[in-house]
Amino acid sequence: MPSDTDIAVDVRNAVKRYGDFTALKQISLSIRDNEFFTLLGPSGCGKTTLLRMIAGFEDVTEGAIFLFGDEIEKLPPHKRPVNTVFQNYALFPHMTVLDNVGFGLEMMGRSKTEARKRAGEVLEMVQLGQFSHRKPAQLSGGQQQRVALARALAPRPKVLLLDEPLSALDLKLRKAMQVELKHLQRETGITFIFVTHDQEEALTMSDRIAVMSAGALQQLGEAREIYERPRNVFVADFIGDTNLLDVAVDRIEQGRAQCHLGGGHQLTCDAVEGIGAGANVHMSLRPERLYLSAEPIEVESLKGRVRETIFIGTDTATIVDLADGPQFTIRSSNSTRGNARVFEPGAEVFVNMEQGAARLLVD
Amino acid sequence: MAGGGATGGSVQTDTYAGARGWLLLPAWVTLGILTLAPLAIMLVYSFLTKEFRGGVIWEFSLDAYDQFFFDRGLFGDAPPQIEWTYIGIFWRSIWQAGLATLLSLLIGFPTAYFIATRPEKQRALWVFLVTIPYWVNLLIRTVSMKFLLRDQGPLNEGLMALGVISEPLTIVNTNLAVQLGLFYSYLPFMVLPIYAAVERYNFALSEAAADLYAPRWTILRRILIPAVKPGILAGCILVFVPSLGSFLAPDLLGGARNFMIGSLIEEQFKGNAGNWPFGAAASMILLTMVLILLIVSARQSQKEAR
Repeated sequence: MPSDTDIAVDVRNAVKRYGDFTALKQISLSIRDNEFFTLLGPSGCGKTTLLRMIAGFEDVTEGAIFLFGDEIEKLPPHKRPVNTVFQNYALFPHMTVLDNVGFGLEMMGRSKTEARKRAGEVLEMVQLGQFSHRKPAQLSGGQQQRVALARALAPRPKVLLLDEPLSALDLKLRKAMQVELKHLQRETGITFIFVTHDQEEALTMSDRIAVMSAGALQQLGEAREIYERPRNVFVADFIGDTNLLDVAVDRIEQGRAQCHLGGGHQLTCDAVEGIGAGANVHMSLRPERLYLSAEPIEVESLKGRVRETIFIGTDTATIVDLADGPQFTIRSSNSTRGNARVFEPGAEVFVNMEQGAARLLVD
Repeated sequence: MAGGGATGGSVQTDTYAGARGWLLLPAWVTLGILTLAPLAIMLVYSFLTKEFRGGVIWEFSLDAYDQFFFDRGLFGDAPPQIEWTYIGIFWRSIWQAGLATLLSLLIGFPTAYFIATRPEKQRALWVFLVTIPYWVNLLIRTVSMKFLLRDQGPLNEGLMALGVISEPLTIVNTNLAVQLGLFYSYLPFMVLPIYAAVERYNFALSEAAADLYAPRWTILRRILIPAVKPGILAGCILVFVPSLGSFLAPDLLGGARNFMIGSLIEEQFKGNAGNWPFGAAASMILLTMVLILLIVSARQSQKEAR
């Protein structure tokens, strides 16, 4: 197929079963060349299984996987031109850092001298040049992580698979590595397929994200799209914090859906295809797109009472009980420009929302 | 340096420091009576003069070692030449034990790998199965083996019935029988340490190697074997050392022509024909060789750990 040239990995109807248990239910997705693609989901959602199927460590029960147009799902792992950064690095303990990084090249048939030369260059790239003669056990966790990265990059794969590579690092180091990985991806132009359960990490690094749950693909899209226009309850709840409300749709008019929630409060938002009048569905309201006021600002300002105010550094979170209705969390920035007023617990307030803050969801 | 802990100047006082010395007493007594004393007796006896009907005369002599290494003619007055008989027996013992060890390794490694890669719940059962034959006394097992391997035994008759061979294979009273006997006697000592090492092995390393384009045999050679090498080394020592000094298998399966050190030593203490100092000296030489082997292998594994 001619259009395959800009598709790095094409997964078509891939199914994975272990006996009676179905780990992956008919997944299809196309990963573009040169993109930073993330498989995101809670543990057990099948994201690692999918990655291991691409690498060749798990066989494909049904379906096919293409790599730049070539069908690869029957090839053993050592014949697939992809490389993996493993979760716990899996560095060869009896080899020096240099020999670890040179291993792939040596297996490709390069001479030992040539492999070492290239390994040295890649180690320089991840700033580990001076550690090349140490054994992995003599390095810190962060350094080992870089060696694992260098080892997978050394053979110049067209696709790099990363299986939760940052999960063993502490927060500060993890943040630094996120930036570095993203940078490295741009610089090398290699397609990265990154597996993580950390939604913030996924949002920070990815060009596109595939959100998975229970062996199925829930939504695929750019980070902003997934955050702002989640397709269903799972995605809205899993990505970022949100207020999830049970609402009933009263009527649809000019692309707007008029809904009510518990306590008789009225809300209007953009209609969504597939949700008609009379439906009982969910609504997602991102806390940072809500704001409080002492007096009603709009017709649909929701009246409530402050239960608690929580200081969380950059932001303040305010928890509000609507009169006879559900609980809301509202987040406001603590910057002086934000001029958000902080309300004391017990104060009567009105909850207002920015344009497009509310979104209807299917289950 | 048993009391060394007290000199450390640590802030905490060791309440049990005094009691600890006494608690170690049983260990020291056991070690002393069962290991150090017999060794000392052996060492002393090897430097004594032999009594004609077994036993010793308490008179210092290097005769035992001299007899082992040098030939001074029938009357002991010829110019000394190297005595090849005993060195030959030693060499054959090393060879036999080495082959038995190699055979154990070739069978034991795949067995251990197989067990270690079973689901966790099954592993204990497999280990248990490996050890079952060892509930039977070594002597009985070796004798049984002779019956299995002899010309009219089940092995030969089975092979003949299947038409694989037309004449019975002569196995008993050959080197092969000795190697098989030694192999069977000590196989679990090879399987168990390798199993322990493979069980601890991180199989993600094999995946990583495959991911980096290494085919299966290369993974075995370059990744798995180096990672479980301490287990392999332990298994080889545990099979080689007892095989080297063994006398049951060579006596029962090897016959008179396939004499090993163990039998040589045993002869010296049997009946009236024995030569106790010579037996003791041969034991000391054997012990020294084993010690050197252990030190070399310990050095080797230390060097690799670094």
